[in-house]
Amino acid sequence: MATVVTVTSGKGGVGKTTTSAAVAAGLAQLGHRTVVIDFDVGLRNLDLIMGVERRVVFDFVNVISGEATLNQALIQDKRLENLSVLAASQTKDKDALTEEGVGQVLGQLAEMGFEYIVCDSPAGIERGATMALYFADHAVIVTNPEVSSVRDSDRILGILQSKSKRAKEGGKVYEHLLITRYDPARVENGEMLSKDDVCDILAVKLIGVIPESKAVLKASNTGVPVILDENSDAGLAYGDAVCRFLGEDLPMRFVTPKKQGLFSRILGGGD
Amino acid sequence: MALFGLFSGKRKTSAAAAKERLQILISHERQNRRGPDFLPDLQRDILEVVKKYVSVRDDHVSIRLDRAGDASVLELNVILPEN
Ligand SMILES: Nc1ncnc2c1ncn2[C@@H]1O[C@H](COP(=O)(O)OP(=O)(O)OP(=O)(O)O)[C@@H](O)[C@H]1O
Ligand SMILES: [Mg+2]
Repeated sequence: MATVVTVTSGKGGVGKTTTSAAVAAGLAQLGHRTVVIDFDVGLRNLDLIMGVERRVVFDFVNVISGEATLNQALIQDKRLENLSVLAASQTKDKDALTEEGVGQVLGQLAEMGFEYIVCDSPAGIERGATMALYFADHAVIVTNPEVSSVRDSDRILGILQSKSKRAKEGGKVYEHLLITRYDPARVENGEMLSKDDVCDILAVKLIGVIPESKAVLKASNTGVPVILDENSDAGLAYGDAVCRFLGEDLPMRFVTPKKQGLFSRILGGGD
Repeated sequence: MALFGLFSGKRKTSAAAAKERLQILISHERQNRRGPDFLPDLQRDILEVVKKYVSVRDDHVSIRLDRAGDASVLELNVILPEN
């Protein structure tokens, strides 16, 4: 039985694709056979973040419409043997994602022996997003500590609780909160919602706090999931989040302002 | 900023304002979600009717649907302005 993990947020640009790449790579690193699927049909970007953009021949929609087999469309990651990527189509529109078609592809991936199917949801609450969350067993809600992102996350929680397959069958989707682009110094100054504020408001279990980090842009520039950058705060924070997702109990790191020592000030800090 | 806060006593930070606004908004939106789909429209229509007679603020009219045993109770709260 494969576990479907949907990375979602409602609001755009909060870090879903960054998170999908990191979580999928993290699960694969820990030995789980994992596939990550881009549901952002028309605006694919996961391929770039994963560094496989030049290897995309067939995509998710080609598989749904029968123009290609899954084996033809799956791209095996060159760094992690347990990781594969299924790209989104750039030309088709989101109506190409039918419930039946998506369900069939997920079923086939499970049969192929994938343990985790990570779904990178597009922004919004339209077809691509609702399809990505319909089959979810687990949802990772990506939220920035900012009013509109928190509100949209709550709307997505409402949709998960009423429109997902699990909800319709009387069950529930496991919900995990991931706060990204967190700036502990601004939180300390009262300029940014704290992780506890966001948790109080949304009432979802927190699996990680990813700091605002230069490492994320560097990782996307080079097409390497940031979790593989073990010298970075964001990479380590994602690593912890994946462990918590799998049930481990770890203290939160990078949630208090960095004490800038004389040394790092002279050297200009190193993140 | 921090120092300023010390001198002016308990000045509310913008993060505290954000939290308070979100808590009010989200509890409201969750209530609407739990109710039937027509609840927001009903609330809007009731507000229009009430406004024909008294001038009330939009956020001073609230309706909610509660379940009591096998019946549903529609509760309407209108805060009327003084005088
Ligand atoms: N922790 C972080 N620190 C700094 N920048 C970040 C962080 N997380 C994400 N970003 C940046 O935010 C931008 C949006 O990230 P990303 O593409 O992952 O968001 P998204 O939610 O997938 O967006 P969309 O809704 O368009 O699909 C990117 O430029 C990314 O580099
Ligand atoms: Mg994205």
